[in-house]
Amino acid sequence: MGVKFEPKILAFLCKWCSYASADLAGVSRFQYPSNIRVMLTMCSGRVDPVFVMEGLSSGFDGVFVFG
Amino acid sequence: MAGEPGNFQAVLKNQPRYIIPEKCTACGDCQRACPAQAVNEFNLGLDRRSATYIKYPQAVPRAYAIDRNVCLGCGWCEKICLAEAVKYDDEPRLREVHVGAVVLAPGFEIFDPSTLATYNYGQSPNILTSLEFERILSPSGPYKGHVMRPLDRREPRKIAWLHCVGMRSDQEGAHPYCSNFCCMVALKQAIIAREHIGPELDMALFYMDMRTPRKDFEKYCVRVKDQGARLIRSRVYGVEPLPDSGDLRIRYATESGERQEEVFDLVVLSVGGVISTDTVDLAGRLGVKLSPDNFMDTQCFAPVTTSRPGVFSCGFFNGPKDIPQTVMEGSAAAAAAGHLLAAARGTLVREKVFPPERDISQEPPRVGVFVCHCGLNIGGVADVPAVVEYGQTIPNVEYAQANLFTCSQDAQNQMIDMIKEHHLNRVVVASCSPTTHQATFQDMLRNTGLNKYLFEMANIRNQCTWVHQRQPEAATQKCKDLVRMAVAKARLLEPLDYITVPVNKTALVVGGGVTGMTAALNLAEQGFEVHLAERKDRLGGNALRLRHTWRGSLVGPRLEELLHKVKNHPNLTIHYESIVTGVSGVVGNFRTTLSRNQVIDHGIVILAIGAEPYRPVGQYLYGQNPNVFLSLDLDQELAEESERLRQAQAVAFIQCVGSRTPDRPYCSKVCCSHSVENALKLKELNPDLDVYILFRDMRTYGEREHLYEKARNQGVVFIRYHLADPPKVEQGADGKIRIRVTDHILARPVELGVDILTLATAIIPHHNAPLAELYKIPLNAEGFFTEAHAKIKPVEATTEGIYLAGLAHYPKPLQESVAEAMAAASRAATVLSRDFLELESNISRVVDENCDGCAFCVDACPFKAITLLEYMFEGKVKKTVEVNEILCKGCGSCMATCPKQGVYVAGFSLAQLGAQVEAALGLI
Repeated sequence: MGVKFEPKILAFLCKWCSYASADLAGVSRFQYPSNIRVMLTMCSGRVDPVFVMEGLSSGFDGVFVFG
Repeated sequence: MAGEPGNFQAVLKNQPRYIIPEKCTACGDCQRACPAQAVNEFNLGLDRRSATYIKYPQAVPRAYAIDRNVCLGCGWCEKICLAEAVKYDDEPRLREVHVGAVVLAPGFEIFDPSTLATYNYGQSPNILTSLEFERILSPSGPYKGHVMRPLDRREPRKIAWLHCVGMRSDQEGAHPYCSNFCCMVALKQAIIAREHIGPELDMALFYMDMRTPRKDFEKYCVRVKDQGARLIRSRVYGVEPLPDSGDLRIRYATESGERQEEVFDLVVLSVGGVISTDTVDLAGRLGVKLSPDNFMDTQCFAPVTTSRPGVFSCGFFNGPKDIPQTVMEGSAAAAAAGHLLAAARGTLVREKVFPPERDISQEPPRVGVFVCHCGLNIGGVADVPAVVEYGQTIPNVEYAQANLFTCSQDAQNQMIDMIKEHHLNRVVVASCSPTTHQATFQDMLRNTGLNKYLFEMANIRNQCTWVHQRQPEAATQKCKDLVRMAVAKARLLEPLDYITVPVNKTALVVGGGVTGMTAALNLAEQGFEVHLAERKDRLGGNALRLRHTWRGSLVGPRLEELLHKVKNHPNLTIHYESIVTGVSGVVGNFRTTLSRNQVIDHGIVILAIGAEPYRPVGQYLYGQNPNVFLSLDLDQELAEESERLRQAQAVAFIQCVGSRTPDRPYCSKVCCSHSVENALKLKELNPDLDVYILFRDMRTYGEREHLYEKARNQGVVFIRYHLADPPKVEQGADGKIRIRVTDHILARPVELGVDILTLATAIIPHHNAPLAELYKIPLNAEGFFTEAHAKIKPVEATTEGIYLAGLAHYPKPLQESVAEAMAAASRAATVLSRDFLELESNISRVVDENCDGCAFCVDACPFKAITLLEYMFEGKVKKTVEVNEILCKGCGSCMATCPKQGVYVAGFSLAQLGAQVEAALGLI
């Protein structure tokens, strides 16, 4: 016990909306944990379910699709 | 300013900023270092800012400035600025510019309610203007978007909005006109406040007439009502701060004259706009004529033309209006200037030439990594040298270095040298966001002879150091990961062909009314070839039946002038009795077939097919009694000064016939002004005539309010009726038309006997569906064409190269249709003036051997860019799909639905994204 679980998260963000929101979060200096890795996609509609499965199977604890 | 149209000399004065915008990187270090405090005027004094500041987050240029009125001169900002942008001895600069045309867009300032005793503005911090409340609602505002009362920072439970503050009043200090936007401001703020606070918020809007005449505004108003807002038709005569609680008591009179009072937590004054004294001075200096309300004195057929040739104006300065209309008028002013300067078009353009592209097909990936310090923005949090050092260890990285500011010109020059020296063929920049800087670095690549798609960015500022400021180690690690991910993708990048398509510089305008003719003529005068298609055998449309504009000038002579120009312009071909029957192609290269078999190849199309009046057959004796007119019929009678008009003793108008009903939930915008204007003309013809106008809300917006005031003064009787209790109209035995209606002040039925009844009926769209289908653009629920964006793209259709103007888009008066026609022409000219269109190459590519033509992607494509193809291959039918390079936006929805990897987005292939995901996991 006492071990704090820190999930590794893979994020797919749409170029037009959520990626821009993530940029704006930076401009606004919102602070958040660093264990998320962002993939830029041209559209969240482009995210194949296979990406989600592969993300999870390759070792990520969570996959975040935002668009 | 001196000179004449086509050749003005103007002197501009630049106030000093004390920070050089070209050098400033907007890192914000100076602001954080600044010890001096000032009132934040952008948040209207509701909070404070430092002396070194950026006015608001979206400011352009995004550069800091020093407010020398409060600056202590301590020099901290100068010491801390690594970009060396601070210049204390900056001075005002005078600059002379030579221009051919001038556009005035000085805007407005909000009315200061402290001049009116009624509202006690300034006596309690809980009495706010709508602009102050707007800042309170804003996430970047003084309370970070938490709705609080300024007095005690308590969340209000009960908010009152007072409409028409300082407007529609002859009181000393107030203005007689209507500001046009303030009703919607109050409605919008009520909805947003409710979103912030919750459904328990009590919203009360105190108004005189609810003026929501623009597209979809009426539906918005209904929505606010449905959410529980109390819309109280009243006159407010006092706002009184209560001691101790900070609450406010509002005293008001209801429509029937009853006195009431109610206590609120917060009062928002929905103030109007006024033209500032600076703007009036500017107009004086330039010698342009203003109206008595200080608005630009324009004409309905020339809505952006001032009294001084070569000087155009737009926006609120031309009369009160809201955002969509100011945006539209901005384009209209550009069209007017574009016409004047057509001969000079392109003469100041310098073409950028890039060196020939290097062939890298035989080279292994040689990646260069450039890591930006961005002053302290990245370097102050992450260990940039460690990131560079790590970068050098990644496979295929040939070279890595750090820059203080990667985007600065000297850093770019140095990077170009390094790319050449190390023979790099892929470049990764780890800095800010591709959204803002990708294009800059891609240009840099082209300058070195590399294809611009051999570039990848790692966003280590906005999405790393800025958001992990207190975790330097984790941020450094994340920077390394992001660089590794970028390199993993970069090594798989391939050069992409640049896609350019030639532009056919011909325009097609569909619809030969005033709107279509104005648009066609403007483009023809700008030098483009124009085809004008009209379904009837003559031009003119609805305007042929319109007697005068709201400004009182006759339509006929101006229409004749326009017809003459259109019919005689050498660049203009008119196709009578022609409707569109077939359309193919896309922006730059459309092909449209007309009903007389004309085939027109054109680069853009403007749809201006108008609309028609609703004919309420069977209602209010329309079609049964010859003395029951539509508004346009009355115009004809007025034009002829007909016998029955001169003999009439009493006339009435019924407003909103077929408008603002559950079936047709929109306001037709023109009818209130039209009826009031005709009432005045009738009074002119016979001052003893009894004139009644039966209305629901009188929407004589903007300066049209003067007409309403004048009509009241001349004895026109206005009677309000309710949708639930409409007037009843019967044929009287005495030959008169008998109208029974409940009077809103007396609250009892009254009976009128009139000789002539005019029905101000709705403007309804023609059957727009076939044309919408052909050009693949959407219609709204009421059948009007839908624009790409209600506010920022008001005349563009959702498909590129298609523009909308006039009544087919939404009901509007002549002046606004003319402005819209010019705006559409202006937007169209941005395409027609180019020889080629350059498109992004990150679009879908079909892998023919994998595609079996299942067509899953065809339906998934939101841009209708994919078509199914069949062809014979080795004796068999082979099915596949084809992507239209111009329509495709590279979203990749096709790729996500394809079960066979038969299609991919260049620059976002499965292999490239896969490599990135794999690299992401590395050291996390």
